[in-house]
Amino acid sequence: VRGSAAAAALIAVALLAAAPRIAAAADEPVALADGPGRDLTIGRCIICHSLEYIPSNAPAMNRGAWQKSIQKMKERFGAPITDEESQEILDYLDAHYSGKT
Amino acid sequence: MLRRRELLLGLAGGWFAGRAFGDSTDVLGTLTGKKPLIQRALRPPNFETPLKDLAAAFTPNDVFFVRYHLAVIPRIDPQSWRLAVGGSSIGSALSLSLHQLQHDFERVELAAVNQCSGNRRGLFTPRVPGVQWGNGAIGNALWSGVRLRDVLRRAQIGANALEVIFNGADTAVLPGTPDFVKSLPVERALDEDTLIAFAMNGQPLPHWNGAPARLIVPGWTGTYWMKHLTDIRVEPQAFDGFWMKSAYRLPTGAFPGYRFASQETKETTPITEILVNSLITSHLTGARLHRGAAAVLSGKAWDNGAGIEGVEISTDGRKSWRDAMLGRDLGRYAWREFRLPLDTSVSGALTVAVRARSRNGARQPDTLTFNPAGYHDNIVQTVTLEVM
Repeated sequence: VRGSAAAAALIAVALLAAAPRIAAAADEPVALADGPGRDLTIGRCIICHSLEYIPSNAPAMNRGAWQKSIQKMKERFGAPITDEESQEILDYLDAHYSGKT
Repeated sequence: MLRRRELLLGLAGGWFAGRAFGDSTDVLGTLTGKKPLIQRALRPPNFETPLKDLAAAFTPNDVFFVRYHLAVIPRIDPQSWRLAVGGSSIGSALSLSLHQLQHDFERVELAAVNQCSGNRRGLFTPRVPGVQWGNGAIGNALWSGVRLRDVLRRAQIGANALEVIFNGADTAVLPGTPDFVKSLPVERALDEDTLIAFAMNGQPLPHWNGAPARLIVPGWTGTYWMKHLTDIRVEPQAFDGFWMKSAYRLPTGAFPGYRFASQETKETTPITEILVNSLITSHLTGARLHRGAAAVLSGKAWDNGAGIEGVEISTDGRKSWRDAMLGRDLGRYAWREFRLPLDTSVSGALTVAVRARSRNGARQPDTLTFNPAGYHDNIVQTVTLEVM
């Protein structure tokens, strides 16, 4: 069931506000690799899902697969990511989580 | 020793999650009301049943796997919950309370395996993206509820009905994310074994398994088993939502199973029935057996509801096969236990392969049929044990 768009937007805002707190929690078990783009990647991805997906999917991913994934999140799932941010997130994920041989 | 921490993530549903780290590489986590499960993702929650908990005939509710697509999961008050039944192929729309659902229709009980479409995706070669499930996105339970067809007939389903569309109470964080909505062909919806269940193993459905009512589509993969069911619509045309048109699809013609004709294209078709499969629950590769001591290999075999005809075991590199003993038949949609004593008279490596066959003639294959979403891994599994 989908509530009104306004209600969904409110939830999104609440989660956006909460996201940095979760990401910064001392107990956060998924520590993403340090590097340029890390904070942006965490901030955008964690709106909808926790971060396990990133390292756990790494063996199945390469640059092309990450590009498709980011595009899917934007275009099919409505993730608020600008084109410029997409590039930064792609560079970060590809640098640290492209494990497909 | 398990190390435990508590995280408060009371954003939408109000839930706690603790974490524990076992001695394997799998991270265990605990959702409220569940014992530690293998945590594939915390949010939306995707938790897998450890192998040791798959040995029971019925998988206990507190270890049954949890699978969600969307992160906003409300806790539902069963008193105020209503199930809406409508759509343009319905003559008399309904709004049913849980009490009405439980008392106005004949009660049915049925044992059935619920298996996630992506079970074993993490074992795929080559690797494919998605939740990296091992063997435990599966469980067998006794489901109690009412027949979907009795509800649809009460609502005067029309002759022009093509698909029945199901929605649950869980929603996405963002307004642009497609809500998780699934459809069934009307033929399957009217099958006497398709249920709306409100109990699992004799208890009300656990929150994380779809309280207060969910769909049971025995023989079909879990994607159709809508949790927290709130809306049923019956329409004369094919439903075109993301989760039907773009997700949970296979290359057309690549696998056997029911063909969901109104959703099929030349290229792809929805996943439908579970393929014949088995799992060794008694031993993991690397387990040590004492030479000369009694040892019994055991596990489960299941299929689309045709029923398991036999389970064969090979210890000579799949050259010869012996029939295992089958356990009690819990119903054609349930899994069937198999057991076979192992010969431990010779020291060294003992590689055991297990292959189930269905009454519909299907047998587990030796090689994987690749598909991009990583579904239907039912290839023969082996474990290598050490007799010493």
